[in-house]
Amino acid sequence: MIKVTDLHKSFDDLDVLKGVNAEFEKGKTNLIIGQSGSGKTVFLKCLLGLLIPDSGSIEYNGKAYKHFSKDEKREISKQMGMVFQGGALFDSMTVEENVMFPLKMLTKMSKQEMKNRVEEVLDRVNLKETNHKLPSEISGGMQKRVSIARAIVNKPNFLFCDEPNSGLDPRTASVIDNLIQEITHENDITTVINTHDMNSVFEIGENIIYLEHGVKAWEGNKDNIYKTDNQKLIDFVYASNLFQKVRVAQREGL
Amino acid sequence: MLSKYIKSIGQYFIMIYDTFKRMTKTSELRRLILQEIDDLIISSLGIVVFISFFIGAVIAIQTALNFSNPFVPRSLIGFAARQSIILEFAPTFVSIIMAGKVGSYITSSIGTMRVSEQIDALEVMGINSLNYLVFPKIIAMCLFPFVIAISMFIGIIGAYIASVYGGYLNADQFITGLQEDFVPFQIFYAFLKSFIFALILATVPSFHGYYMKGGSLEVGHAATTSFVWTSVIIIFMNYFITQLLLS
Repeated sequence: MIKVTDLHKSFDDLDVLKGVNAEFEKGKTNLIIGQSGSGKTVFLKCLLGLLIPDSGSIEYNGKAYKHFSKDEKREISKQMGMVFQGGALFDSMTVEENVMFPLKMLTKMSKQEMKNRVEEVLDRVNLKETNHKLPSEISGGMQKRVSIARAIVNKPNFLFCDEPNSGLDPRTASVIDNLIQEITHENDITTVINTHDMNSVFEIGENIIYLEHGVKAWEGNKDNIYKTDNQKLIDFVYASNLFQKVRVAQREGL
Repeated sequence: MLSKYIKSIGQYFIMIYDTFKRMTKTSELRRLILQEIDDLIISSLGIVVFISFFIGAVIAIQTALNFSNPFVPRSLIGFAARQSIILEFAPTFVSIIMAGKVGSYITSSIGTMRVSEQIDALEVMGINSLNYLVFPKIIAMCLFPFVIAISMFIGIIGAYIASVYGGYLNADQFITGLQEDFVPFQIFYAFLKSFIFALILATVPSFHGYYMKGGSLEVGHAATTSFVWTSVIIIFMNYFITQLLLS
């Protein structure tokens, strides 16, 4: 579980996060939504320890990150897996080497054990016979799945995803969403997903936080997002005509 | 403007300090160092040999054509070629050529990793990305003085072939000139500055790649800036070391 209290972060004169409070539960897909520039990525980078907040606290399983010793910080980073927006796969490594990389760097597994674990996770993300291909030789959807495989190969307790289905067709995006949700439930891990995609919100949003101008403007789940009276959230979620029609249909019980 | 430069200098030294913290797993580090030796040193030998041979030859021809006085011994061609090649051409100009070849490779490879979030991926895994990316380059570039030694040797061979086979002097005169007033300290000076230039060649382009911001267009811009700054620092350090050791 991750608990965020009164998180502030600014760059020069620009206040990006202005006192965000949030709780991300274990075994749930937690979504952060918001317009571009609302502070989602900065928030996620603070959770990952890539950015140091100006004030406030982030607790992982009940202990504040700022109170961690150096070893504890290193240990908690080993428990984190991250799926980057562009995949962030290492170009010069094959799919197998990419997925094996965290095991090679952070564990003392034998080569055979690593190979078995890599096979297992590649199988889990439905990627077979791509082991020896370079990232440039596979499709965008496959790259995202390799990225998920690399994020979960070390059995993390915390999984972070930055717009995992951006640039993918709706069908592949849905496959990726469901895969992340299944992995979250199977392994009982805390998953935080940063997304713009409303399909993801309605499919896997078990806990949704809406950020606006660096503050939490709404919190709920995919079921009560239909009933919200928060006008800004409504404007954001139902920006497309299709979703407006869905909302009307939902309200009218169709 | 000035505060920006001072900030960058501070950031550069902090980067070097951080490079030696939290070492990467030894087995992986060994593989990375060998890879960098191949990419930075071995792959540069061809261009260094080619340039050194022809520049050595040109130095000899230019010297021969400018010594028209019959009272000046012809052996001075060998002497002048040796001094030019060992003191300046091999250590300094080969380093500037390498700033273009190796420096832009380092900046663009690290910069591309920054743009595509691969550096963030390393950090999230708890790996010191500076140690993983920059440290192997620094160690590989410690072999740079060997490249300079090869450049010196090939340059003198070029000078010998051009001057002897060009009919400017005979082989004995060239060898006599080559051995005339030889000061071994000058070899130490040349290798010492090659070593310092090697550290500049490994770290300044890494700095420009690691801290770059923006997209793929900025990677190209960072590579150009890196070449300019690496050359400027090499030329300045060349003056500083020469003043310190030879004056």
